[in-house]
Amino acid sequence: MGRVILHVDLNNFYASVECLYQPELKNKPVAVCGESELRHGIVLAKNQIAKSYGVQTGEVIWQALKKCPNLVILKPNFPLYIRFSKLAQQIYSEYTDLIEPFGIDECWLDVTESTKILGSGRKIAYEIKERIKAELGLTVSVGVSFNKVFAKLGSDYKKPDAVTVITKENFKQIVWPLPAKDLLYVGSATEKKLSSIAIYTIGDIARSSPEYLKRILGKWGEVLWIFANGLDTTPVTPPIFEDNVKGIGNSITLPRDLNCLNDAEYVLRMLSESVAQRLRQQYLKCCTVQIWIRDSSLFSITRQEKLKNPTFLAREIFQKAFEIFKKHWNFKTPIRSLGIRALDLVCANSPYQLEFNSMEKLKLEELEKTIDKIRRRFGQSAVLPAILLSKTDLPCQIPLHNQIHPVAFFK
Amino acid sequence: MRKIFVDVYAHFSKEGEITPISFVWLDGKTYEIDKIIEKRNAASLKSGGQGIRYKILVRSKVLYLFCDENRWFLEFI
Repeated sequence: MGRVILHVDLNNFYASVECLYQPELKNKPVAVCGESELRHGIVLAKNQIAKSYGVQTGEVIWQALKKCPNLVILKPNFPLYIRFSKLAQQIYSEYTDLIEPFGIDECWLDVTESTKILGSGRKIAYEIKERIKAELGLTVSVGVSFNKVFAKLGSDYKKPDAVTVITKENFKQIVWPLPAKDLLYVGSATEKKLSSIAIYTIGDIARSSPEYLKRILGKWGEVLWIFANGLDTTPVTPPIFEDNVKGIGNSITLPRDLNCLNDAEYVLRMLSESVAQRLRQQYLKCCTVQIWIRDSSLFSITRQEKLKNPTFLAREIFQKAFEIFKKHWNFKTPIRSLGIRALDLVCANSPYQLEFNSMEKLKLEELEKTIDKIRRRFGQSAVLPAILLSKTDLPCQIPLHNQIHPVAFFK
Repeated sequence: MRKIFVDVYAHFSKEGEITPISFVWLDGKTYEIDKIIEKRNAASLKSGGQGIRYKILVRSKVLYLFCDENRWFLEFI
């Protein structure tokens, strides 16, 4: 028996959750947008009505308002979305333990074994769809297929509130006429390259030779050919079976541009507090610090350097980040976004070369762990580095996000 | 359908089970819950919200009482 994979996609997720809590908005065009005062003003999600006006995810608020002047704009409530994402995953977990999240609102489920007890993939998909509707008040679209790529295509094929089954028998009729850009890993650049050689549909990709595609697109050409022919064998991998986390990072787009070293020091200090706290939470230390800078013209660079010893200390991460920053940025253009990432992670108790001031370092580690405890009890702002109180026009809260972002399809 | 937040008196069992016993209505009176007919996760599509939904019987009237992240509300026409 072949595999039975489901891809479940919560439709218009953020907007649907907002409409659930504000039923008076149900018949109005609604978009959840980042805060424009903080320059995060893009559409993050829209409901079906806003969609019918042509409002698109990722466009800036004024563009959306031009298309739909009576658009209701809401601020995002991420803790609520994370709660709903977890509730949905709890429902999935009653059908299989092989669940792989792909972002906050999508999951792959391998229900091959469950079909022996619970019925066909189609039956399970309908059951999940109805349960999510009744228990969470949201609609989902589900793709059922024999591999992950076609299951995802299935969930995109018909939405909202639909189930699409793509089998080995019908995939040529359903999948092959679809535009090439609908296939996973075909972005706009690849689509352009493909159309320049008269490949417009997924069927065209499938009927080309893998060698030819490889010549045009490199190794991805062959991968796309495998995907298009339904030969993908990637397993559904629950996060617990994943390799260790590769890095922990935080970035921020600022309400105003950063123009001087003092501004950068402020933001790097805030980010390093957050990264260090998350490292400690996961009992990890990093050996490399990376910074990411994006200027006002949206040009960005990343630079990284190794640390002498692994650390989870905010002050050491900050020192290294600031050192890298000073080396690589001269403020010819102002900065719009900054980020810090801790890389080369090792277990917090792994051995390292002792130094003259090792005792001092141990004391600092205890100190920062104590700060974590205080923040857990009294809130993130209970203890702040003094520098974070020095600027009123920049955010001072230490973010402690732990959101699910899509991970790479290949692990 | 209106959503009315209420104070609830509940029993917390050793096993962690929460059973609402009574609630305080808008007039300040406490109403005993005569029977819990059903308990399940549900969305309140008409008044807005999601949580554990208790279908309750109060003075021979069937009501829906929701526990949404520790806040309790009644769906009320």
